[in-house]
Amino acid sequence: MTLRDALICFNGLLQRELLRFVQQRSRFFSALVRPLLWLVVFASGFRAALGIAIIEPYETYITYEVYIVPGLCAMIILFNGMQSSLSMVYDREMGSMRVLLVSPMPRPFLLLSKLLATSLISLLQVYGFLLIAWFWGVEAPLWGYLTALPAFLMVAMMLSSIGLFISARIKQLENFAGVMNFVIFPMFFLSSALYPLWKMREASEWLYWVCAWNPFSHGVELIRFALYQQGNSEALMIVSGVTLIAAVLAVRGFQPQQGMGKR
Amino acid sequence: MSIEISNLSFSYGSLNALQDINLSLQEGRFNALLGPNGAGKSTLFALLTRLYALQQGEITITGHSIARHPAQVMRKLGVVFQQSTLDLDLSVAQNLYYHAALHGMSKRQALPRITEELARFDLSARLHDKVRSLNGGHRRRVEIARALLHKPAILLLDEPSVGLDPATRESLNLHIRELCQEQQLTVLWATHLMEEVQPDDPVTILFRGKVLASNTAGQLCQEHQCADISTLFRSLTGVTE
Repeated sequence: MTLRDALICFNGLLQRELLRFVQQRSRFFSALVRPLLWLVVFASGFRAALGIAIIEPYETYITYEVYIVPGLCAMIILFNGMQSSLSMVYDREMGSMRVLLVSPMPRPFLLLSKLLATSLISLLQVYGFLLIAWFWGVEAPLWGYLTALPAFLMVAMMLSSIGLFISARIKQLENFAGVMNFVIFPMFFLSSALYPLWKMREASEWLYWVCAWNPFSHGVELIRFALYQQGNSEALMIVSGVTLIAAVLAVRGFQPQQGMGKR
Repeated sequence: MSIEISNLSFSYGSLNALQDINLSLQEGRFNALLGPNGAGKSTLFALLTRLYALQQGEITITGHSIARHPAQVMRKLGVVFQQSTLDLDLSVAQNLYYHAALHGMSKRQALPRITEELARFDLSARLHDKVRSLNGGHRRRVEIARALLHKPAILLLDEPSVGLDPATRESLNLHIRELCQEQQLTVLWATHLMEEVQPDDPVTILFRGKVLASNTAGQLCQEHQCADISTLFRSLTGVTE
């Protein structure tokens, strides 16, 4: 495979995802409803109940809406990543995945390109959400929207790799409902997306540790800091490390004939 | 030097799907793979297209081992799957460009090939139509055009005529035969429909994961003193179509 082949191939994959995204505009809007409900309904009700002290990276007291926006961005990425990974696993013996797998390009390259292409599409939804949040009064520094971009992309790669790995390995996760109950919800709720971890610690020490170990928490924090033009080296290292390991395991575990046999 | 399959076995757990298959395709010919549903045709296709990894035995395609040189092998193969693999919401052109990109062909390289292949199937006017608006026969033709874009030496078709009406089935079959003649393309056409086979065709009869017979249809009929391939098939397998 030459670099030229690789670029053409990746470009083809990305264009296909973009075309499908444009075709399925209704899915785009329905995917925005979920985080907007959290922002507009849940956060409005919850702000009275939860006072947030000044914590990094924020410089002043913030409203609860401001606090949960990075977590909701990560939630969009989480849903998209899990959904596309699950369909990659279930479609691998038919449809578009078979077309992908008969390409002469190396399989790891094809799979990672597909993950990257779907991750980039996910970012369109994230920025769509951030735009609405901006109109709702949740503003991050202007440059923050740009500095957050690599963070969004890294978190998207991490989550879709994790998604690909677990959906290929765990046979019981047969449909999206299974993934929601056993992967998405635990990952989302046991993280710093909705509450700062010190709040969690006040409630329960072991819950705090579960949240602190959850890679999703670090993804949320990486986004939170990047959105406010700051780096968080601990989150960056954990997200990079987990992405690398999950991507290797996902690609190895994907081989259609392994793990599950014929489905 | 087209496809050589030697001592190929494959099982799903304790179920043997293929047992000790030996087969070589005749170059530039319409090779038919006959077998009832469940004979192991799709498993063989899954192995030929690297969807499954080999468990036992060897497959070489145009002289390259499928296990050791997958990239070279896949460049030589065009594949039409049993189930449709087109994106219904995308146009014919978009579907074809996507396939071309997966083979490292830029749009500029792909366009003349797309034009050429669609013209062969009288589908040039449908280039920008959504696949959803095409009928079953036309969709199949687009899939065959797609499989030929990168100029493969071998074309694999897994039950390509399933779900099509008899007239469309016949014309598709004829099209592929013309391709064999014009371009010296080696074709492997898997089917359970005996009428798709002609007396000169090299035929392999697959049944319950084993090769029962392999020769041209005419010679097989002669050897087994059967009037036609359907009778031969019934007498070898005990299965009516």
